[in-house]
Amino acid sequence: MSILFMANGELIPHLFRTEYRKIVSVLCKRFGFDQIEIAEDIASDTFLTASQTWGLKGIPQNPTAWLYNVARNKAASHLRRDYLFEKKIARELKNNAADIQDTPFGDIHEIDLSPQNINDSQLQMMFAICHPSISPEAQIGLSLRILCGFGIEEIANAFLISKVIVNKRLFRAKEKLREEKIKIELPGPPEIDERLAPVLTTIYLLFNEGYYSVSQNKTLRKDLCLEAMRLCTMLIENNATDKPPVNALLALMCFHASRFEARMDKNGELILYEEQDTSLWNPDLISKGGYFLSHSATGNTISKYHLEAGIAYWNTQKDDTKEKWENILQLYNQLLQIEYSPIAALNRTYALSKTTGKKEAITEAEKLNLSDNHFYFALLGELYTDLDNQKAKQHLRQAIMLAKTQVDRQAIQKKIDRL
Amino acid sequence: MDEFLLLMRLDIITKEAQPSPEQMQVYMKMYQDWVGGIAAQNKFIGGTGLSMEGKVVKSNNVITDGPFAEIKESIAGFIMVKAKDFEEATGFAKDCPILQGEGNSVEVRKINVKS
Repeated sequence: MSILFMANGELIPHLFRTEYRKIVSVLCKRFGFDQIEIAEDIASDTFLTASQTWGLKGIPQNPTAWLYNVARNKAASHLRRDYLFEKKIARELKNNAADIQDTPFGDIHEIDLSPQNINDSQLQMMFAICHPSISPEAQIGLSLRILCGFGIEEIANAFLISKVIVNKRLFRAKEKLREEKIKIELPGPPEIDERLAPVLTTIYLLFNEGYYSVSQNKTLRKDLCLEAMRLCTMLIENNATDKPPVNALLALMCFHASRFEARMDKNGELILYEEQDTSLWNPDLISKGGYFLSHSATGNTISKYHLEAGIAYWNTQKDDTKEKWENILQLYNQLLQIEYSPIAALNRTYALSKTTGKKEAITEAEKLNLSDNHFYFALLGELYTDLDNQKAKQHLRQAIMLAKTQVDRQAIQKKIDRL
Repeated sequence: MDEFLLLMRLDIITKEAQPSPEQMQVYMKMYQDWVGGIAAQNKFIGGTGLSMEGKVVKSNNVITDGPFAEIKESIAGFIMVKAKDFEEATGFAKDCPILQGEGNSVEVRKINVKS
């Protein structure tokens, strides 16, 4: 990898990010999961050849076409070697090579790198990788590697784990896909909704990995978010997968991403929602979110993505109105009925304090039974502020004791200092 | 933790007893806040309001319109909750907003779970 980055400055890393995944998807689709490593090797090899050749002869006029050409040739000679080997073995062992000899030579080695096949292959690959038989972490790892063209080191950085562990995880996931004989294909209409669910989960986890990641590398985090949005966009661009929850998920990610520039300072430290410079919120992403949210409003099921997108929409509204908080409260009420999570329970209680008042919210908060969660005490601290500052401080100190990261501790300390 | 069924009973028939659309909105909000509060404690299992229509099939194969034994005791909705005992389940029921209407009731039943 390091040679690639040095040889042609920005171009090859950029192409690696956008084209590697396409080549791997097409080749893997052609070879099957059995030979996924070969597909990856050919793709990597193609970029190595590019960096060597372009370094000497300059960048070709159409670099992408050049890459496809080289990949196509490398794949064809791999298939030819495979084919000859098979033919020889078949002759020796079975003494019956008629069926192989009859196959027209040209066709079977042809690799289809047309835009249509690239898109189809990537989409099918997405469903194969997000197969329920492999663990969510492995799905995300494989998605980053194969669908997003991330390097092993980048994946390791994003998860704060070692490269050895990333490699192990990817290896096991590929083994599993082979064992289960997962086909690289789009599920049929009857199963599409069911199979879409883990695909959307992976995309959402990928996005969250970037949005809430422990990594301080801002560029990497933003890339994770953008990749998640790109994968979701691919689903929307295909009629078979352009479903309401897919649109809702993209809306949700657009709304969140609109605050990307405002929620982190130069050092990669988190700036709380209330303290963000709202002029840094991205209006294009907000209106894009609105577009996909309105497109998601078809059919008769409300997914958790619809509800979360609704909440995210209201969070893009700067004014602290009663209407805003009433809507947020109702959306959390519904979300919790579909899927409980401690953070949704806490956020619902916060919304309740904004609509009904702090005292009511404190009564409700005390029922939540989340006394191992630092956000719980941070919320109580917030609710007691101005009602009983002594109690507020107690809760905030408890929150600091339970907080897991320095960033969280600092944010809570700021609140104590203000009391 | 046991599971309980909360059956909400009220008059959904008598015309005069029915809320206006505006009142209905207020009631729905109260209902959602109540269920949301239970769900926020991770104690909501499922359940919902029911539509007014219904059929009753009786033992002699007679089918009648309306599921209503006694008008005052029609089932308007049900939810299932997790609770450690009857006391906690009854506590949830007490907060149910339909109880603000006179004559309405919430029946609390423990669900037998096969072990």
